[in-house]
Parts: sequence; structure tokens; C-alpha cells
Amino acid sequence: MSGVWVILEARDSRIGRISWEAVAAGQQLSAMLGQPVYGVVLGANTESLAAEAATRSLGRVLRVEHPLLENYTSDGYTHALEQLFRVEEPAYVVFPHTYQVRDFAPALAARLGQTLIGDVTSIAAGPAFTRQLMQGRLTGTYRHNGSGTCFLSVQSGAIRADAMESEAASIETFVPTLEATQIRTRPSAPFRASAQTVDLGSASLIVSVGRGIKGAENLPLVQELATVLGAELAASRPICDNGWLPMERQVGSSGQTVAPKVYIAVGISGAIQHLVGMKGSQCIVAINKDPEAPIFEVADYGIVGDLFDVVPALAAAVKASKQQG
Amino acid sequence: MKIIVAIKQVPERDAQVRIDSTGKWIEETDLQWALNESDAYALEEALQFKEQHGGEVVVVSAGPERVGSTIREALAKGADRAIHTDCNDLGERDALGVARLLAAAIRTEQPDLVLTGLQSDDLGYGQTGVILAELLGLPHASLILHVEKSEGGITVKRELEEGWFQNIELPLPAALTIQSGGNKLRYATLMGIKRAKTKEVRRLTAAELGVADEPAVTLERIAMPQKQKSTQILSGTPQEAAAALVEKLKFEVRVL
Ligand SMILES: Cc1cc2nc3c(=O)[nH]c(=O)nc-3n(C[C@H](O)[C@H](O)[C@H](O)COP(=O)(O)OP(=O)(O)OC[C@H]3O[C@@H](n4cnc5c(N)ncnc54)[C@H](O)[C@@H]3O)c2cc1C
Ligand SMILES: Nc1ncnc2c1ncn2[C@@H]1O[C@H](COP(=O)(O)O)[C@@H](O)[C@H]1O
Repeated sequence: MSGVWVILEARDSRIGRISWEAVAAGQQLSAMLGQPVYGVVLGANTESLAAEAATRSLGRVLRVEHPLLENYTSDGYTHALEQLFRVEEPAYVVFPHTYQVRDFAPALAARLGQTLIGDVTSIAAGPAFTRQLMQGRLTGTYRHNGSGTCFLSVQSGAIRADAMESEAASIETFVPTLEATQIRTRPSAPFRASAQTVDLGSASLIVSVGRGIKGAENLPLVQELATVLGAELAASRPICDNGWLPMERQVGSSGQTVAPKVYIAVGISGAIQHLVGMKGSQCIVAINKDPEAPIFEVADYGIVGDLFDVVPALAAAVKASKQQG
Repeated sequence: MKIIVAIKQVPERDAQVRIDSTGKWIEETDLQWALNESDAYALEEALQFKEQHGGEVVVVSAGPERVGSTIREALAKGADRAIHTDCNDLGERDALGVARLLAAAIRTEQPDLVLTGLQSDDLGYGQTGVILAELLGLPHASLILHVEKSEGGITVKRELEEGWFQNIELPLPAALTIQSGGNKLRYATLMGIKRAKTKEVRRLTAAELGVADEPAVTLERIAMPQKQKSTQILSGTPQEAAAALVEKLKFEVRVL
């Protein structure tokens, strides 16, 4: 078993930011263990991706290249990487924790008798891997046992990718044996639901509401706060899942990414899938009755209390302040 | 059509969680338990599919005695029968270990469709459904919002990042992990709760299923998360806290 192998994923024909974070995680492991770091790109036409990867301090870049890898399928990627890893026997395989990786990496690891350590937020000596539990209310430290390959994926935004020196890596091509009949699913081209009519991305003030609001009938309470502030109303996923607000108001990994001057999170716990959509906000305010809610880990200002008391009081205070001018 | 839905019992959402004396898991006494959120959507999808196309919905859950109440809830909502894989050592298993346990129970049923939630609210691996597909040799798709019958199998709507979607065609049998929000969830009716009492719950043990393996990955300890930012908590009555926040927004953040 040798080497730290990082799987790089393309976004709009370039290597995505989260893949560089996976490289940074790979380099941490490399420094800890004295193992080289390699990069892997997959596709039907990976020349430019491989060239891009080769600029970022990777010892070697592998192009896993096959016409059947043109569009992502779990079967295609799993077969191709299984073949590569049976030959190369990596010590570590690091993935970016994207929806695509979630779709196939657990199956790939299982095929090789392993379990992926998913959504890792930090790596300590050992190596010991930390990830969130209970929707961010706790963290867990995991260890890999035995002598097989250790598979892990890293959470978006958890490991900084900025400090990367560049050395030109050598590029090699690996052609897996794939048959069309091995690919059992037929994906269609991605599409967007409908024309977005609210642009939360350009809002400078956002009041965002979560499950703490309890029911659609209570929404006017936060709507009132948004109105007096001149803010856009946004929501966490369960609010949109329940149909209380349209999905275009959802903030998070499957919704919109926002970066307002002020983001007021009302009755939102702060699960990572929500945080990735709003943690770039300049100032975050959290109103939550649970002092241990993870949202307070990213908030600048916090009010611990019942939103049904705090929100009307805040709306009144804003109104009074505006009337004073 | 026989549809299996894997359902997990997890701590109630707003339950107070405390780390237990081993430092490896949470204190379970006095906890309230509930059906995992995305599993409720998986069950709903299965029940609607059955209502449209006929067949049977079988729920499978692995866990100790207490998971019986969650199984009853699923039966009350309309599942036809259940398999309870009785085990007290879920915490010592990794995702592959739990999936092996579930796969052994599911294999005997030869289902057309296997549904799981996309992620458990406690461990949050987001892996069990995908591993199950691998162990059962089934094609799969993850993060699914809708399932429709099609010519040679099913067409599913998959959620991608940032508001994008994709349709995928799969032959049957297949496995899917279900994302929340695709349907409106139903409540159990009084009649449903009554009927649930007479429905079959088959009990299996890990020993009977012949699965006992060394985990590839172990959870060594759990902890409270470390703060990334120093949050200024504005205290006092709601009115005082609100006034303090308005001051901050006005004079420090300068948005009012
Ligand atoms: C693949 C995937 C994608 C996802 N995408 C998204 C996404 O894009 N956006 C998103 O938001 N989520 C997303 N989620 C879901 C996410 O994991 C969380 O489940 C969700 O964000 C929780 O929403 P919430 O904070 O509103 O609800 P909860 O987690 O239930 O939190 C409710 C909060 O309200 C507080 N509260 C309750 N009552 C009161 C009261 N009276 N006063 C004050 N506070 C109160 C509670 O203390 C709690 O902290 C995704 C999950 C997955 C697995
Ligand atoms: N012990 C279990 N019993 C039944 N289903 C489970 C169990 N653990 C996980 N699952 C299923 O697998 C899904 C994903 O779980 P996880 O991989 O832990 O995030 C859950 O939503 C359940 O549908």
C-alpha cells in the first residue's frame, strides 16, 4: 500500500475548489506519513484537466481515460477506479465530498472491503479523522483499522487550499477496461427547476427562517421583521420541503449561496448543508433557543431565546430606530 | 412490485444530547426517539408507488428492542410488514457493517426496489443505501426526489448541487436513496395504528444472518464541536437583546 491518491472533480471543465481542498488534505497526510501525493482525473477527454492538476504539487497525475467515462455514472467510475486501485494499491484515497462522490465512493470502498470515512473536517496525528455527528451538534474522531486502503472524503470549506506550492507533475494515462453493458443507469443532462424570480445572491440583508418557526401560520412573524429591515426572506430546507416557502428561497448546498452584509438566522440549527450556503455573509446573527445550536459556532451575534418573543421585539426595535432616523 | 424501505430510529430532533461515560456515544437513557427524516420520505415514496402500481411495502430496521416503536409507526402509516434485525452493537459497526446486516435481511426478500433515506440524522454517513446497492449487486441512484415507472424500469429525479436536477433511468431491481422534500408526508390514522398491531414483524438476529466482521473504521470518541468564531451573545430580556442588536446593526455593522 503506498501513496496518497486524490480524486479531482471537474466543475465547468476546470478542477473545482473543493478538489484543491482535497489535495491540501492529501498533502497533510503526506507530510504526516512521508508518502507521495498523486492526483487522479477521470473522463473521456482529460488532457486539460490533467494539465491543470499537474501545476499543483502533485507527484504524479493519472488520467483515467475512457469514452464511457464522458458522463459520470456510478458504475463507470466505480469499475474504472476499482481497476486502478487494484493495480496501484493506494495507502490513502482522498475524495472531495461532493454529491457525485457521495453517489459512488461508498460503493467503491465497499467493493474493496473498506468503509469510506466521509465528510472529514480535520486530520490529526495517527492519522485520526474528525467529522460531524448529530447534524453538527457533536464531532466524532475516527480511525482506520487494518492494512487495506483508507478511503476518506473531505468536507467543503473545512481544509484550506491556499498554501500550495507548484511543481510540475508527470502525467500518465490509465485506460480501464469498460463495456457499455456494465453501465446500468442512464443519466440525462442536468436541468434547473424553473426560472428563479428571487435573487437572494444579491440581497444585502437576509432574514432566514428555519424549523423553529413550527408552522406556516407563523411565517408572518419573520416576514414582518424582513419587511421593517428591508430584507429578503430566505429559509432552511425543511421550510421549503414542507412547501411553506418556495424552493427558490432555500439557502444551502442544494439551494442558493448568499453573502449578504447581514444574515439573520431565526430558528435554524446550523447544519453544514445550510452553513455552506451562508457562511460567507459579512455578519451573521443567530436567534435560537438552544445555546448549543451549531449556528452559534459561525455567528457574530447571538440571541439565545424563544424566537416568538425575540423576533417581534426585534421588529419593534428596528421600527423605532428607523422612525428616529 | 415489492419495495423494501430501510428505516432507522434516531434521537428526536430537539432532544438534549449528552456524551456518555465511555466518551464514544451519547447517553441513551431518557432520550426520545423518532423515525429518521429522510427515511420518512423514503417510506412515503414507497407507499405512493404502491398505491399507484400495487405491490407490497416492507420496512427493515436494524437496532435494539426500542426500534420496535419506529417500526410500528411505519406500519401504522401503511407499510405491510416489517423485518427487525435485532442487535445491540450498532455503535461498533461501521457503515459497511450495518449495510451487511441489512443486506443479509433484504436478500431473502428479493425485492424489486430498495429505498433508504439519503442520510441518518445521528451518524450522518450518507452511505448505507449506496453500500447496500453494491452488496446486493443492484444499480442505484442517490439523492432522489421522485420515482416514476417507465418502459424498462424506473425514471428518477436526482437532486444535484445548487438547485440543479437530473433524470436517471434505471432497470429493476434497483436501489435508491431518497432526499427529503419530494412528497408531502402523511400522518398515521387511528385506523392505521390499530391495524399496525396485527401486522407481521419478523425478527432476525445478526447471528442468524451470519454477519460478524471486524469494522474497517472505528469511532474512537465524540466531543462537543470547537467554536470557529467568538460569538457575542446579547443577553437580557427579548426587548433588551433586541435593542442591543439594533445598536450593533446601526453603529458597528452600519446597515440601519
Ligand atoms: C444532501 C443534503 C442537502 C441538504 N441541503 C440543504 C440546503 O440546501 N439547505 C438547508 O437548509 N438544509 C439542507 N439540508 C438539510 C440539513 O442537513 C438540515 O436538516 C437543515 O438545514 C435543518 O434545518 P433547520 O435548521 O431549519 O431545522 P432543525 O435542524 O430542526 O433546527 C431547528 C432549530 O430551531 C431551534 N428552535 C426551535 N424552536 C425555537 C424557538 N421557539 N425559538 C428559537 N429557536 C427555536 C432549535 O433549537 C433548532 O436549533 C441538506 C441535507 C442533505 C443531507
Ligand atoms: N440501523 C439501520 N436500520 C435501518 N436502516 C438504516 C440503518 N442505518 C442506516 N439505515 C438507512 O440508511 C440510510 C443512510 O444512513 P447513513 O449511511 O447512516 O447516513 C438511513 O437513512 C436509513 O434509511
